[in-house]
Amino acid sequence: MREIRRDLVIIGGGPAGLSAAAAARQAGCEDILLIERDRILGGILNQCIHDGFGLHRFGEALTGPEYAQRFIDDVNDAGIETLLGTIVLSMDHERNLTLSSRKGYTRIRAGAVVLAMGCRERTAGAISLPGTRPSGIYTAGAAQNFINLQNIMVGRRAVILGSGDIGLIMARRLTLEGAKVEGVFEILPYASGLPRNIQQCLNDYDIPLHLGTSVTNVHGKDRLTGVTVAEMNHFQPVPGTERFVPCDTLLLSVGLIPENELSAGASVKMESRTSGAFVDDTFMTSIPGVFSCGNVLHVHDLVDHVSEEAALAGEFACRYLDGGISLADTPISIEPKNGVRYVLPQQVSGKSDFTLSLRVTEPSRERAVWVRDGDRKVARKKLVRLHPAEMIRVKIKKDKLENARKLEVSVE
Amino acid sequence: MKRKELTCIVCPNGCPLEIDFEETPSIQITRIEGHTCDKGPAWAEQELTRPMRTIAGNILVENGDFPLVSVRTDAPIPKNSIFQVMKAIQSTTVKAPVSIGETLIKNPAGTDCSIIATRHVNPC
Repeated sequence: MREIRRDLVIIGGGPAGLSAAAAARQAGCEDILLIERDRILGGILNQCIHDGFGLHRFGEALTGPEYAQRFIDDVNDAGIETLLGTIVLSMDHERNLTLSSRKGYTRIRAGAVVLAMGCRERTAGAISLPGTRPSGIYTAGAAQNFINLQNIMVGRRAVILGSGDIGLIMARRLTLEGAKVEGVFEILPYASGLPRNIQQCLNDYDIPLHLGTSVTNVHGKDRLTGVTVAEMNHFQPVPGTERFVPCDTLLLSVGLIPENELSAGASVKMESRTSGAFVDDTFMTSIPGVFSCGNVLHVHDLVDHVSEEAALAGEFACRYLDGGISLADTPISIEPKNGVRYVLPQQVSGKSDFTLSLRVTEPSRERAVWVRDGDRKVARKKLVRLHPAEMIRVKIKKDKLENARKLEVSVE
Repeated sequence: MKRKELTCIVCPNGCPLEIDFEETPSIQITRIEGHTCDKGPAWAEQELTRPMRTIAGNILVENGDFPLVSVRTDAPIPKNSIFQVMKAIQSTTVKAPVSIGETLIKNPAGTDCSIIATRHVNPC
Protein backbone atom coordinates (compact mmCIF):
# COMPACT_ATOMS: atom_id res chain seq x y z
CA MET A 1 0.00 0.00 0.00
CA ARG A 2 1.26 3.47 -0.86
CA GLU A 3 1.92 5.58 2.20
CA ILE A 4 2.41 9.34 2.06
CA ARG A 5 2.60 12.30 4.43
CA ARG A 6 0.66 15.48 3.79
CA ASP A 7 0.30 18.66 5.81
CA LEU A 8 -3.40 19.39 5.35
CA VAL A 9 -5.97 16.92 4.07
CA ILE A 10 -9.50 18.16 3.39
CA ILE A 11 -12.18 15.48 3.11
CA GLY A 12 -15.01 16.52 0.80
CA GLY A 13 -14.97 18.71 -2.33
CA GLY A 14 -18.34 20.40 -1.83
CA PRO A 15 -18.84 24.01 -0.78
CA ALA A 16 -17.25 23.48 2.67
CA GLY A 17 -14.16 21.63 1.43
CA LEU A 18 -13.58 24.03 -1.47
CA SER A 19 -13.81 27.09 0.76
CA ALA A 20 -11.62 25.54 3.47
CA ALA A 21 -8.96 24.64 0.88
CA ALA A 22 -8.89 28.09 -0.71
CA ALA A 23 -8.73 29.81 2.70
CA ALA A 24 -5.98 27.52 3.99
CA ARG A 25 -3.89 28.29 0.92
CA GLN A 26 -4.48 32.00 1.40
CA ALA A 27 -3.38 31.67 5.01
CA GLY A 28 -0.10 30.26 3.75
CA CYS A 29 -0.52 26.47 3.76
CA GLU A 30 1.63 25.09 0.92
CA ASP A 31 0.77 21.40 1.07
CA ILE A 32 -2.97 20.79 0.73
CA LEU A 33 -4.79 17.72 -0.57
CA LEU A 34 -8.52 17.95 -1.30
CA ILE A 35 -10.30 14.58 -1.57
CA GLU A 36 -13.67 14.14 -3.31
CA ARG A 37 -15.51 10.87 -3.89
CA ASP A 38 -17.49 12.11 -6.91
CA ARG A 39 -15.89 12.60 -10.33
CA ILE A 40 -16.39 16.37 -10.15
CA LEU A 41 -15.97 19.04 -7.49
CA GLY A 42 -18.86 21.10 -6.17
CA GLY A 43 -20.80 18.53 -4.17
CA ILE A 44 -24.55 18.88 -3.91
CA LEU A 45 -24.44 22.36 -5.54
CA ASN A 46 -24.08 20.64 -8.91
CA GLN A 47 -27.67 19.43 -8.77
CA CYS A 48 -29.09 22.60 -7.17
CA ILE A 49 -29.68 24.33 -10.49
CA HIS A 50 -32.15 26.89 -9.06
CA ASP A 51 -30.98 30.39 -8.19
CA GLY A 52 -30.69 32.15 -4.85
CA PHE A 53 -27.19 31.19 -3.74
CA GLY A 54 -24.54 33.78 -2.95
CA LEU A 55 -26.67 36.80 -1.99
CA HIS A 56 -24.64 37.29 1.19
CA ARG A 57 -21.30 36.30 -0.23
CA PHE A 58 -21.36 37.85 -3.69
CA GLY A 59 -24.36 40.19 -3.56
CA GLU A 60 -26.02 38.40 -6.46
CA ALA A 61 -28.35 35.45 -6.89
CA LEU A 62 -26.40 32.60 -8.44
CA THR A 63 -27.45 29.04 -9.21
CA GLY A 64 -25.73 26.18 -7.36
CA PRO A 65 -23.37 25.23 -10.21
CA GLU A 66 -22.36 28.90 -10.69
CA TYR A 67 -21.71 29.35 -6.97
CA ALA A 68 -19.63 26.17 -6.90
CA GLN A 69 -17.64 27.19 -9.98
CA ARG A 70 -16.38 30.36 -8.28
CA PHE A 71 -14.81 28.26 -5.53
CA ILE A 72 -13.61 25.57 -7.93
CA ASP A 73 -11.82 28.33 -9.87
CA ASP A 74 -10.25 29.62 -6.63
CA VAL A 75 -8.99 26.12 -5.78
CA ASN A 76 -7.67 25.49 -9.29
CA ASP A 77 -6.10 28.94 -9.62
CA ALA A 78 -4.29 28.35 -6.33
CA GLY A 79 -2.91 25.10 -7.72
CA ILE A 80 -4.39 23.00 -4.92
CA GLU A 81 -4.09 19.27 -5.55
CA THR A 82 -7.42 17.43 -5.76
CA LEU A 83 -8.11 13.69 -5.76
CA LEU A 84 -11.42 12.91 -7.49
CA GLY A 85 -13.22 9.56 -7.46
CA THR A 86 -11.56 8.84 -4.15
CA ILE A 87 -13.23 7.87 -0.92
CA VAL A 88 -11.74 8.06 2.55
CA LEU A 89 -12.48 4.71 4.17
CA SER A 90 -11.16 5.41 7.64
CA MET A 91 -9.40 7.86 9.90
CA ASP A 92 -7.85 7.22 13.28
CA HIS A 93 -7.15 9.54 16.20
CA GLU A 94 -3.58 10.14 14.96
CA ARG A 95 -4.91 11.42 11.64
CA ASN A 96 -3.94 8.35 9.63
CA LEU A 97 -6.30 8.07 6.67
CA THR A 98 -7.05 5.14 4.36
CA LEU A 99 -8.18 6.08 0.85
CA SER A 100 -9.64 3.99 -1.92
CA SER A 101 -9.79 4.86 -5.60
CA ARG A 102 -9.46 3.06 -8.93
CA LYS A 103 -5.71 3.24 -8.43
CA GLY A 104 -6.00 1.19 -5.25
CA TYR A 105 -5.47 1.92 -1.60
CA THR A 106 -3.39 4.76 -0.20
CA ARG A 107 -2.49 5.57 3.39
CA ILE A 108 -1.95 9.19 4.34
CA ARG A 109 -0.52 10.54 7.55
CA ALA A 110 -1.98 14.05 7.80
CA GLY A 111 -0.64 16.94 9.83
CA ALA A 112 -4.14 18.34 10.04
CA VAL A 113 -7.52 17.26 8.69
CA VAL A 114 -10.60 19.30 7.80
CA LEU A 115 -13.77 17.19 7.85
CA ALA A 116 -16.13 18.56 5.18
CA MET A 117 -18.18 15.51 4.20
CA GLY A 118 -21.55 17.24 4.23
CA CYS A 119 -24.82 15.55 5.08
CA ARG A 120 -27.26 13.04 3.66
CA GLU A 121 -31.03 12.77 3.56
CA ARG A 122 -33.25 10.90 5.96
CA THR A 123 -34.79 7.96 4.14
CA ALA A 124 -38.12 6.11 4.13
CA GLY A 125 -36.65 3.61 6.59
CA ALA A 126 -35.42 6.33 8.92
CA ILE A 127 -38.94 7.74 9.35
CA SER A 128 -40.60 4.27 9.49
CA LEU A 129 -42.73 5.09 6.45
CA PRO A 130 -45.78 2.79 6.65
CA GLY A 131 -47.21 0.64 3.84
CA THR A 132 -45.70 -1.25 0.92
CA ARG A 133 -42.36 -0.67 -0.78
CA PRO A 134 -43.12 -0.11 -4.47
CA SER A 135 -40.84 1.82 -6.84
CA GLY A 136 -41.49 5.55 -7.11
CA ILE A 137 -40.38 6.55 -3.61
CA TYR A 138 -37.33 8.80 -3.57
CA THR A 139 -35.64 11.22 -1.24
CA ALA A 140 -36.07 14.70 -2.73
CA GLY A 141 -32.34 15.05 -3.34
CA ALA A 142 -32.15 11.70 -5.15
CA ALA A 143 -34.96 12.82 -7.46
CA GLN A 144 -33.12 16.13 -7.97
CA ASN A 145 -29.99 14.22 -8.98
CA PHE A 146 -31.92 12.03 -11.44
CA ILE A 147 -33.70 14.99 -13.08
CA ASN A 148 -30.95 17.63 -13.07
CA LEU A 149 -27.82 15.56 -13.65
CA GLN A 150 -28.89 12.31 -15.29
CA ASN A 151 -31.88 13.40 -17.40
CA ILE A 152 -34.17 10.82 -15.83
CA MET A 153 -37.72 11.97 -15.04
CA VAL A 154 -38.91 10.34 -11.83
CA GLY A 155 -42.69 10.39 -12.35
CA ARG A 156 -45.78 12.23 -13.55
CA ARG A 157 -47.93 12.68 -10.46
CA ALA A 158 -46.17 13.39 -7.19
CA VAL A 159 -46.80 13.81 -3.49
CA ILE A 160 -44.15 15.41 -1.33
CA LEU A 161 -43.79 14.40 2.30
CA GLY A 162 -42.01 16.97 4.45
CA SER A 163 -41.58 20.67 3.82
CA GLY A 164 -37.80 20.96 3.82
CA ASP A 165 -36.31 23.32 1.25
CA ILE A 166 -35.25 20.53 -1.13
CA GLY A 167 -38.82 19.23 -1.18
CA LEU A 168 -40.18 22.69 -1.97
CA ILE A 169 -37.58 23.24 -4.70
CA MET A 170 -38.44 19.84 -6.18
CA ALA A 171 -42.18 20.63 -6.14
CA ARG A 172 -41.41 23.52 -8.49
CA ARG A 173 -38.90 21.56 -10.56
CA LEU A 174 -41.38 18.70 -11.14
CA THR A 175 -44.10 21.19 -12.09
CA LEU A 176 -41.83 22.98 -14.56
CA GLU A 177 -40.91 19.61 -16.09
CA GLY A 178 -44.57 18.82 -16.68
CA ALA A 179 -45.48 16.67 -13.67
CA LYS A 180 -48.46 17.31 -11.42
CA VAL A 181 -47.64 17.87 -7.77
CA GLU A 182 -50.67 16.95 -5.64
CA GLY A 183 -49.39 18.66 -2.52
CA VAL A 184 -46.77 18.98 0.16
CA PHE A 185 -47.63 17.27 3.47
CA GLU A 186 -45.92 18.37 6.67
CA ILE A 187 -46.48 16.62 10.00
CA LEU A 188 -45.52 19.71 12.04
CA PRO A 189 -47.85 22.72 12.39
CA TYR A 190 -45.30 24.90 10.55
CA ALA A 191 -43.18 24.53 7.40
CA SER A 192 -39.53 23.64 7.82
CA GLY A 193 -38.41 25.33 4.59
CA LEU A 194 -37.71 29.04 4.06
CA PRO A 195 -40.79 31.31 3.63
CA ARG A 196 -39.53 32.54 0.25
CA ASN A 197 -39.54 28.95 -1.02
CA ILE A 198 -43.15 28.48 0.13
CA GLN A 199 -43.94 31.57 -1.97
CA GLN A 200 -41.91 30.97 -5.11
CA CYS A 201 -42.06 27.16 -5.26
CA LEU A 202 -45.57 26.37 -3.96
CA ASN A 203 -47.82 29.46 -4.07
CA ASP A 204 -46.57 30.49 -7.54
CA TYR A 205 -47.76 27.15 -8.93
CA ASP A 206 -50.87 26.68 -6.75
CA ILE A 207 -49.35 23.66 -5.01
CA PRO A 208 -51.14 23.17 -1.68
CA LEU A 209 -49.20 22.90 1.58
CA HIS A 210 -50.96 20.76 4.18
CA LEU A 211 -49.61 21.44 7.67
CA GLY A 212 -50.20 19.03 10.54
CA THR A 213 -50.78 16.30 7.96
CA SER A 214 -48.75 13.25 7.07
CA VAL A 215 -48.65 10.12 4.94
CA THR A 216 -50.14 7.23 6.93
CA ASN A 217 -50.04 4.53 4.27
CA VAL A 218 -48.30 3.74 1.00
CA HIS A 219 -50.08 1.74 -1.70
CA GLY A 220 -48.89 -0.20 -4.73
CA LYS A 221 -47.10 -3.44 -5.49
CA ASP A 222 -44.63 -2.81 -8.32
CA ARG A 223 -45.14 0.91 -8.78
CA LEU A 224 -46.59 3.37 -6.29
CA THR A 225 -50.33 3.87 -6.91
CA GLY A 226 -51.10 6.36 -4.15
CA VAL A 227 -50.75 7.32 -0.52
CA THR A 228 -53.16 7.75 2.36
CA VAL A 229 -52.80 11.08 4.13
CA ALA A 230 -54.35 12.11 7.44
CA GLU A 231 -54.32 15.02 9.80
CA MET A 232 -52.06 14.40 12.75
CA ASN A 233 -52.42 15.15 16.43
CA HIS A 234 -49.35 14.56 18.60
CA PHE A 235 -47.91 12.48 15.76
CA GLN A 236 -51.00 10.21 15.70
CA PRO A 237 -53.52 10.19 12.80
CA VAL A 238 -56.84 11.86 13.62
CA PRO A 239 -59.57 9.22 12.94
CA GLY A 240 -61.88 10.12 10.08
CA THR A 241 -59.46 12.51 8.36
CA GLU A 242 -57.78 9.87 6.16
CA ARG A 243 -58.01 10.30 2.39
CA PHE A 244 -56.42 8.58 -0.58
CA VAL A 245 -54.22 10.64 -2.91
CA PRO A 246 -53.40 8.89 -6.19
CA CYS A 247 -49.77 9.38 -7.28
CA ASP A 248 -46.91 7.48 -8.93
CA THR A 249 -44.16 9.31 -7.07
CA LEU A 250 -43.50 10.12 -3.42
CA LEU A 251 -40.65 12.45 -2.56
CA LEU A 252 -39.32 12.61 0.99
CA SER A 253 -37.97 15.88 2.31
CA VAL A 254 -37.80 14.95 5.96
CA GLY A 255 -34.47 16.15 7.21
CA LEU A 256 -30.74 15.95 6.73
CA ILE A 257 -28.18 14.11 8.84
CA PRO A 258 -24.48 15.03 8.97
CA GLU A 259 -22.41 12.23 7.45
CA ASN A 260 -20.08 11.49 10.34
CA GLU A 261 -19.04 7.84 10.02
CA LEU A 262 -15.40 8.87 9.58
CA SER A 263 -15.52 11.17 12.60
CA ALA A 264 -17.12 8.44 14.73
CA GLY A 265 -14.50 5.93 13.56
CA ALA A 266 -11.77 8.20 14.90
CA SER A 267 -13.72 8.64 18.18
CA VAL A 268 -14.24 12.36 17.60
CA LYS A 269 -16.48 13.61 20.43
CA MET A 270 -19.98 14.03 19.02
CA GLU A 271 -22.89 16.27 20.00
CA SER A 272 -26.34 14.63 19.94
CA ARG A 273 -28.19 17.92 19.31
CA THR A 274 -26.44 18.60 15.99
CA SER A 275 -25.38 15.02 15.08
CA GLY A 276 -22.05 16.71 14.36
CA ALA A 277 -18.75 17.08 16.15
CA PHE A 278 -18.18 18.96 19.38
CA VAL A 279 -15.98 21.93 18.39
CA ASP A 280 -14.36 25.03 19.83
CA ASP A 281 -14.21 28.48 18.24
CA THR A 282 -11.39 27.35 15.92
CA PHE A 283 -13.69 24.55 14.65
CA MET A 284 -11.25 22.02 16.11
CA THR A 285 -12.85 18.80 17.33
CA SER A 286 -11.85 16.79 20.41
CA ILE A 287 -8.93 15.40 18.38
CA PRO A 288 -6.12 17.97 18.06
CA GLY A 289 -5.55 18.89 14.42
CA VAL A 290 -8.94 17.59 13.24
CA PHE A 291 -11.38 20.33 12.25
CA SER A 292 -15.02 20.12 11.18
CA CYS A 293 -17.14 22.56 9.15
CA GLY A 294 -20.16 22.88 6.90
CA ASN A 295 -23.06 20.44 6.90
CA VAL A 296 -21.05 17.65 8.51
CA LEU A 297 -20.76 19.88 11.58
CA HIS A 298 -24.38 21.09 11.61
CA VAL A 299 -26.96 21.34 8.84
CA HIS A 300 -27.07 24.88 7.43
CA ASP A 301 -29.86 26.60 5.54
CA LEU A 302 -27.59 28.88 3.47
CA VAL A 303 -24.50 27.82 1.55
CA ASP A 304 -23.07 31.32 2.06
CA HIS A 305 -22.74 30.51 5.76
CA VAL A 306 -21.15 27.15 4.96
CA SER A 307 -18.48 28.89 2.89
CA GLU A 308 -17.81 31.43 5.63
CA GLU A 309 -17.56 28.83 8.38
CA ALA A 310 -15.38 26.52 6.27
CA ALA A 311 -12.99 29.35 5.39
CA LEU A 312 -12.43 29.90 9.11
CA ALA A 313 -11.87 26.18 9.67
CA GLY A 314 -9.33 26.12 6.81
CA GLU A 315 -7.52 29.14 8.22
CA PHE A 316 -7.38 27.68 11.73
CA ALA A 317 -6.14 24.33 10.37
CA CYS A 318 -3.31 26.22 8.69
CA ARG A 319 -2.55 28.08 11.92
CA TYR A 320 -2.53 24.75 13.80
CA LEU A 321 0.11 23.38 11.41
CA ASP A 322 2.23 26.47 12.13
CA GLY A 323 1.95 25.78 15.86
CA GLY A 324 -0.23 28.84 16.37
CA ILE A 325 -3.12 27.21 18.20
CA SER A 326 -2.68 26.35 21.83
CA LEU A 327 -5.45 24.61 23.67
CA ALA A 328 -7.15 26.73 26.32
CA ASP A 329 -6.36 25.77 29.93
CA THR A 330 -9.81 26.69 31.10
CA PRO A 331 -12.20 26.65 28.17
CA ILE A 332 -15.60 28.31 28.49
CA SER A 333 -18.46 25.94 27.74
CA ILE A 334 -21.60 27.10 25.93
CA GLU A 335 -24.96 25.48 26.53
CA PRO A 336 -28.40 25.84 24.95
CA LYS A 337 -31.20 26.65 27.41
CA ASN A 338 -34.84 27.65 27.15
CA GLY A 339 -36.07 27.80 23.53
CA VAL A 340 -32.71 26.93 21.95
CA ARG A 341 -32.21 23.61 20.16
CA TYR A 342 -28.45 23.83 19.78
CA VAL A 343 -25.52 26.22 19.92
CA LEU A 344 -22.20 26.09 18.19
CA PRO A 345 -19.31 26.16 19.06
CA GLN A 346 -19.84 24.21 22.27
CA GLN A 347 -16.65 25.55 23.83
CA VAL A 348 -14.45 28.64 23.37
CA SER A 349 -11.09 29.87 24.62
CA GLY A 350 -12.41 33.34 25.43
CA LYS A 351 -9.27 34.81 23.88
CA SER A 352 -10.85 35.96 20.63
CA ASP A 353 -14.13 37.21 19.17
CA PHE A 354 -16.34 34.54 17.66
CA THR A 355 -19.75 34.01 16.07
CA LEU A 356 -22.28 31.86 17.84
CA SER A 357 -24.60 29.82 15.58
CA LEU A 358 -27.87 28.55 16.98
CA ARG A 359 -31.33 27.29 16.15
CA VAL A 360 -34.51 27.83 18.12
CA THR A 361 -36.91 25.03 19.09
CA GLU A 362 -40.11 26.64 17.77
CA PRO A 363 -41.32 29.64 15.76
CA SER A 364 -41.95 32.88 17.67
CA ARG A 365 -42.02 36.65 17.19
CA GLU A 366 -40.45 39.67 18.85
CA ARG A 367 -38.03 37.80 21.09
CA ALA A 368 -34.39 38.20 21.98
CA VAL A 369 -31.55 35.72 22.10
CA TRP A 370 -29.73 36.14 25.41
CA VAL A 371 -26.20 34.97 26.09
CA ARG A 372 -25.37 35.00 29.79
CA ASP A 373 -22.51 34.07 32.06
CA GLY A 374 -24.38 33.32 35.26
CA ASP A 375 -26.41 36.49 35.83
CA ARG A 376 -24.12 38.63 33.70
CA LYS A 377 -25.25 39.65 30.20
CA VAL A 378 -22.69 38.78 27.52
CA ALA A 379 -24.78 39.48 24.43
CA ARG A 380 -28.36 40.07 23.41
CA LYS A 381 -29.81 40.04 19.92
CA LYS A 382 -33.36 41.20 19.27
CA LEU A 383 -35.22 39.48 16.46
CA VAL A 384 -38.58 40.14 14.83
CA ARG A 385 -39.12 36.58 13.64
CA LEU A 386 -37.51 33.42 14.96
CA HIS A 387 -37.91 30.13 13.13
CA PRO A 388 -36.28 26.68 13.51
CA ALA A 389 -35.60 26.72 9.73
CA GLU A 390 -33.44 29.83 10.02
CA MET A 391 -30.07 29.69 11.70
CA ILE A 392 -29.38 32.63 13.99
CA ARG A 393 -25.89 34.03 14.38
CA VAL A 394 -24.71 36.22 17.24
CA LYS A 395 -21.32 37.92 17.35
CA ILE A 396 -19.58 37.67 20.73
CA LYS A 397 -16.76 40.03 21.73
CA LYS A 398 -13.83 38.62 23.70
CA ASP A 399 -13.83 41.56 26.16
CA LYS A 400 -17.21 40.32 27.40
CA LEU A 401 -15.72 36.93 28.27
CA GLU A 402 -13.25 37.87 31.00
CA ASN A 403 -13.43 35.34 33.84
CA ALA A 404 -16.42 33.66 32.19
CA ARG A 405 -16.88 29.96 32.99
CA LYS A 406 -20.05 28.87 31.28
CA LEU A 407 -22.26 30.67 28.79
CA GLU A 408 -25.96 29.91 28.59
CA VAL A 409 -28.02 30.82 25.53
CA SER A 410 -31.78 31.25 25.69
CA VAL A 411 -34.74 32.84 23.89
CA GLU A 412 -36.77 35.28 25.98
CA MET B 1 -58.36 50.21 -1.36
CA LYS B 2 -57.18 46.61 -1.36
CA ARG B 3 -55.10 44.71 1.19
CA LYS B 4 -52.70 41.88 0.35
CA GLU B 5 -50.13 39.75 2.18
CA LEU B 6 -47.04 38.65 0.31
CA THR B 7 -43.77 36.95 1.18
CA CYS B 8 -40.84 38.87 -0.28
CA ILE B 9 -38.61 36.55 -2.31
CA VAL B 10 -35.67 38.89 -2.90
CA CYS B 11 -33.46 37.26 -0.24
CA PRO B 12 -33.56 34.29 2.17
CA ASN B 13 -35.02 36.47 4.95
CA GLY B 14 -38.40 36.17 3.20
CA CYS B 15 -40.04 39.10 4.97
CA PRO B 16 -43.83 38.83 5.35
CA LEU B 17 -45.28 41.98 3.76
CA GLU B 18 -48.65 43.52 4.46
CA ILE B 19 -49.66 45.91 1.71
CA ASP B 20 -52.51 48.37 1.19
CA PHE B 21 -52.82 49.58 -2.40
CA GLU B 22 -55.10 51.42 -4.83
CA GLU B 23 -55.85 49.78 -8.18
CA THR B 24 -57.16 52.78 -10.10
CA PRO B 25 -56.02 54.68 -12.04
CA SER B 26 -52.88 52.57 -11.63
CA ILE B 27 -51.49 50.31 -8.91
CA GLN B 28 -50.18 52.43 -6.09
CA ILE B 29 -49.06 51.21 -2.67
CA THR B 30 -50.45 53.40 0.10
CA ARG B 31 -49.03 51.46 3.05
CA ILE B 32 -46.50 48.65 3.39
CA GLU B 33 -45.27 46.92 6.53
CA GLY B 34 -42.98 44.02 7.37
CA HIS B 35 -40.02 44.73 5.06
CA THR B 36 -36.56 45.06 6.59
CA CYS B 37 -34.84 46.69 3.62
CA ASP B 38 -35.52 49.03 0.69
CA LYS B 39 -35.83 46.15 -1.75
CA GLY B 40 -39.11 45.03 -0.17
CA PRO B 41 -41.36 47.93 -1.32
CA ALA B 42 -39.80 47.93 -4.81
CA TRP B 43 -40.35 44.17 -5.15
CA ALA B 44 -43.93 44.48 -3.85
CA GLU B 45 -44.78 47.14 -6.42
CA GLN B 46 -43.35 44.99 -9.20
CA GLU B 47 -45.19 41.94 -7.84
CA LEU B 48 -48.53 43.75 -7.85
CA THR B 49 -48.14 45.29 -11.29
CA ARG B 50 -46.15 42.70 -13.26
CA PRO B 51 -44.73 39.77 -11.27
CA MET B 52 -41.32 38.61 -12.52
CA ARG B 53 -39.35 35.44 -11.84
CA THR B 54 -35.94 34.00 -12.66
CA ILE B 55 -36.22 30.39 -13.75
CA ALA B 56 -33.77 27.55 -14.13
CA GLY B 57 -33.80 24.33 -16.14
CA ASN B 58 -31.64 21.97 -18.17
CA ILE B 59 -30.81 21.73 -21.85
CA LEU B 60 -29.86 18.48 -23.58
CA VAL B 61 -26.21 18.22 -24.60
CA GLU B 62 -24.88 16.03 -27.40
CA ASN B 63 -21.42 14.52 -26.97
CA GLY B 64 -20.95 15.93 -23.49
CA ASP B 65 -19.42 14.40 -20.37
CA PHE B 66 -22.86 15.14 -18.85
CA PRO B 67 -26.18 14.61 -20.68
CA LEU B 68 -27.47 18.02 -19.56
CA VAL B 69 -26.26 21.55 -19.08
CA SER B 70 -28.01 23.53 -16.34
CA VAL B 71 -29.33 26.91 -17.50
CA ARG B 72 -31.17 29.97 -16.20
CA THR B 73 -32.71 33.16 -17.48
CA ASP B 74 -30.14 35.98 -17.30
CA ALA B 75 -32.89 38.38 -16.15
CA PRO B 76 -36.29 37.96 -14.52
CA ILE B 77 -39.12 37.13 -16.92
CA PRO B 78 -42.86 37.82 -16.57
CA LYS B 79 -44.39 35.13 -14.39
CA ASN B 80 -47.02 34.34 -17.01
CA SER B 81 -44.40 33.38 -19.61
CA ILE B 82 -42.62 30.82 -17.39
CA PHE B 83 -44.13 27.76 -19.09
CA GLN B 84 -43.53 29.08 -22.63
CA VAL B 85 -39.88 29.75 -21.73
CA MET B 86 -39.63 26.25 -20.23
CA LYS B 87 -40.95 24.87 -23.52
CA ALA B 88 -38.19 26.68 -25.43
CA ILE B 89 -35.61 25.28 -23.00
CA GLN B 90 -36.98 21.75 -23.30
CA SER B 91 -37.01 21.75 -27.10
CA THR B 92 -33.38 22.87 -27.47
CA THR B 93 -30.31 20.66 -27.88
CA VAL B 94 -26.73 21.93 -27.91
CA LYS B 95 -23.38 20.34 -28.68
CA ALA B 96 -20.50 20.11 -26.21
CA PRO B 97 -18.38 21.96 -25.27
CA VAL B 98 -20.56 24.45 -23.39
CA SER B 99 -19.04 27.15 -21.19
CA ILE B 100 -20.53 28.68 -18.08
CA GLY B 101 -22.19 32.01 -18.96
CA GLU B 102 -22.60 31.11 -22.63
CA THR B 103 -25.87 32.25 -24.24
CA LEU B 104 -27.76 29.20 -25.50
CA ILE B 105 -31.13 30.74 -26.45
CA LYS B 106 -31.87 34.39 -27.25
CA ASN B 107 -35.26 35.89 -26.37
CA PRO B 108 -37.09 32.61 -25.64
CA ALA B 109 -40.87 32.92 -26.15
CA GLY B 110 -40.41 36.57 -27.12
CA THR B 111 -39.14 37.61 -23.68
CA ASP B 112 -36.32 40.11 -23.12
CA CYS B 113 -34.03 37.53 -21.53
CA SER B 114 -31.43 35.07 -22.74
CA ILE B 115 -30.99 31.52 -21.53
CA ILE B 116 -27.43 31.09 -20.30
CA ALA B 117 -25.43 28.02 -19.26
CA THR B 118 -24.69 27.80 -15.54
CA ARG B 119 -21.98 25.17 -15.81
CA HIS B 120 -19.25 23.89 -18.10
CA VAL B 121 -19.88 20.72 -20.07
CA ASN B 122 -16.82 19.19 -21.72
CA PRO B 123 -16.88 16.96 -24.80
CA CYS B 124 -16.75 13.29 -23.87
